[in-house]
Amino acid sequence: MEGWDPNTKSTLTQIPLLTTKAGPRDGAAWTQRLKEEYKSLIAYTQMNKSNDNDWFRISASNPEGTRWTGKCWYVHNLLKYEFDLQFDIPVTYPSTAPELELPQLDGKTQKMYRGGKICLTVHFKPLWAKNCPRFGIAHALCLGLAPWLAAEVPILVDSGMIKHKDDATTSTET
Amino acid sequence: MEVELKEMLHDLESLKQSLPDPSHRASIDKLRLRVEQLTSLEKSRPAPRLKVKDMSAEVVDSNPYSRLMALQRMGIVENYERIREFSVAIVGIGGVGSVAAEMLTRCGIGRLLLYDYDKVELANMNRLFFRPEQVNMTKTDAAVQTLSDINPDVVLESYTMNITTVQGFDTFVSSLKNKSFCPNKEGSGVDLVLSCVDNYEARMAVNQACNEMNQTWMESGVSEDAVSGHIQLLIPGETACFACAPPLVVASGIDERTLKREGVCAASLPTTMGVVAGLLVQNTLKFLLNFGQVSPYLGYNSLKDYFPTMEMKPNPQCSNVACLERQQEYIVAKPARDAALKAKMEAEALLVPECPLHAENEWSISVVDDSGLDSLDAASSDMEKRAAPDTLPEGLVRELPSADKAQELPTSEAPLTSNDDLEDLRRQLEALNS
Repeated sequence: MEGWDPNTKSTLTQIPLLTTKAGPRDGAAWTQRLKEEYKSLIAYTQMNKSNDNDWFRISASNPEGTRWTGKCWYVHNLLKYEFDLQFDIPVTYPSTAPELELPQLDGKTQKMYRGGKICLTVHFKPLWAKNCPRFGIAHALCLGLAPWLAAEVPILVDSGMIKHKDDATTSTET
Repeated sequence: MEVELKEMLHDLESLKQSLPDPSHRASIDKLRLRVEQLTSLEKSRPAPRLKVKDMSAEVVDSNPYSRLMALQRMGIVENYERIREFSVAIVGIGGVGSVAAEMLTRCGIGRLLLYDYDKVELANMNRLFFRPEQVNMTKTDAAVQTLSDINPDVVLESYTMNITTVQGFDTFVSSLKNKSFCPNKEGSGVDLVLSCVDNYEARMAVNQACNEMNQTWMESGVSEDAVSGHIQLLIPGETACFACAPPLVVASGIDERTLKREGVCAASLPTTMGVVAGLLVQNTLKFLLNFGQVSPYLGYNSLKDYFPTMEMKPNPQCSNVACLERQQEYIVAKPARDAALKAKMEAEALLVPECPLHAENEWSISVVDDSGLDSLDAASSDMEKRAAPDTLPEGLVRELPSADKAQELPTSEAPLTSNDDLEDLRRQLEALNS
């Protein structure tokens, strides 16, 4: 965890860790894991809200809890940039992390794989591997997506690749 | 095309007849000449080759298999034609997978199953196989188009899907189990699975499927900086599975910090990918046709032209349950395996003639065991058997750390043990989301 900022570190220590090592093909054990995922996500969301650092919405979009969709946003120069967020729980979960996708940014940055999968190789995958099965979806958002947004959104905005939604509407009106 | 051109000629002729003014006739004749040229061009275009019933060893220009069947004549392969009975699944039809597919197609493999969810794009053109006019086609469809032209004898099946999702994985497994191509074969419906994917998640999915099915497979990979690669043979229970230890990568051999990582997720070269595809298919042919030595692990460092090899035993503490089951089966089957090996050795011993190899030795030439000569180098020999988690040969490093047992991070709360209702939890999160 060297090189991480103290804020992320202290947030991370407060996200409940998970114990059940189970993936979507593991029946009852997966249901147990899913409960732990929910508890951890609930705690993280509550923490963000109470720290005035609310930055995502995520919920399972199928009853099995293998497909998740929602939104995430990042504030840059006092403007809020919001993106769709989606991912599948892979069959080999939790040995492999979910591949977080921001489909609206597909093709707009080099730090992304096909389909809008954000590049997590260097900053996140080693941490996930080391902490299997204790890390869950909440940890992936905190340690994978949040630093990616913090690094990429300012570059995308400054280079003109993305525009704030108010700018976009005014520019189409004029 | 030919019919249309003929009709066009006919139309031109009637136009010429109906024109009262003869001044246009010259230009109509010119047009007619051009159409005739097109017709002859169209006629000379080669027709696709027809299917071949039996592989012939006859050396004629028209035999697509003569140079392959020559392997038999030269004593390299005992029965080359067996290749038509084999099914190989290739997962990932990218820079390595597509080239491997073309090589196997040209070798006359019986059946290929191709898996990929991606489309061809111009950014792929620095690699081999795909052509610019195939941009926007799915990689599987584009591959089938090219491969069926090259060799119509190969049975091609394409699966456009992501094998890491629950649904894709089920389709993947059931397609591997389908035995309609060769119903009498033991085991699954394929002889070998080749993993040519570019990410850890997909490799772990292939590993999971093959461990569950007890299916032998080969792994391949090219580093993100495009200067090194590897191939690896995985036999469930017998060799290390992909989850037995964190994945190995070939160290680039130059200072990691001097490798530019900023900005780009992956670089690629047609050379490195072609070399790795070649190594992979060579190992595949040796495995299927039973010649030479099948490499358990072969690395390729292109900066130093260094090829490390090693063997990896399975990890008895592997986190993959199916791997542990296969390991157990392998141990249980050991006496039977030993007996079979002994019987084979005895049978071979009977075939060896009793007489000495050379009756005369006029010059007193003898063979000396040279193993003692380089005993100092023996410790650094490339080929070393070792249990998976131990130290690695020079030039290989782990790509990811192992999962640590101890709690690395102190938790402020007790572990999540209370047994809440799933619906309750879902509603709680939804309430926070609204």
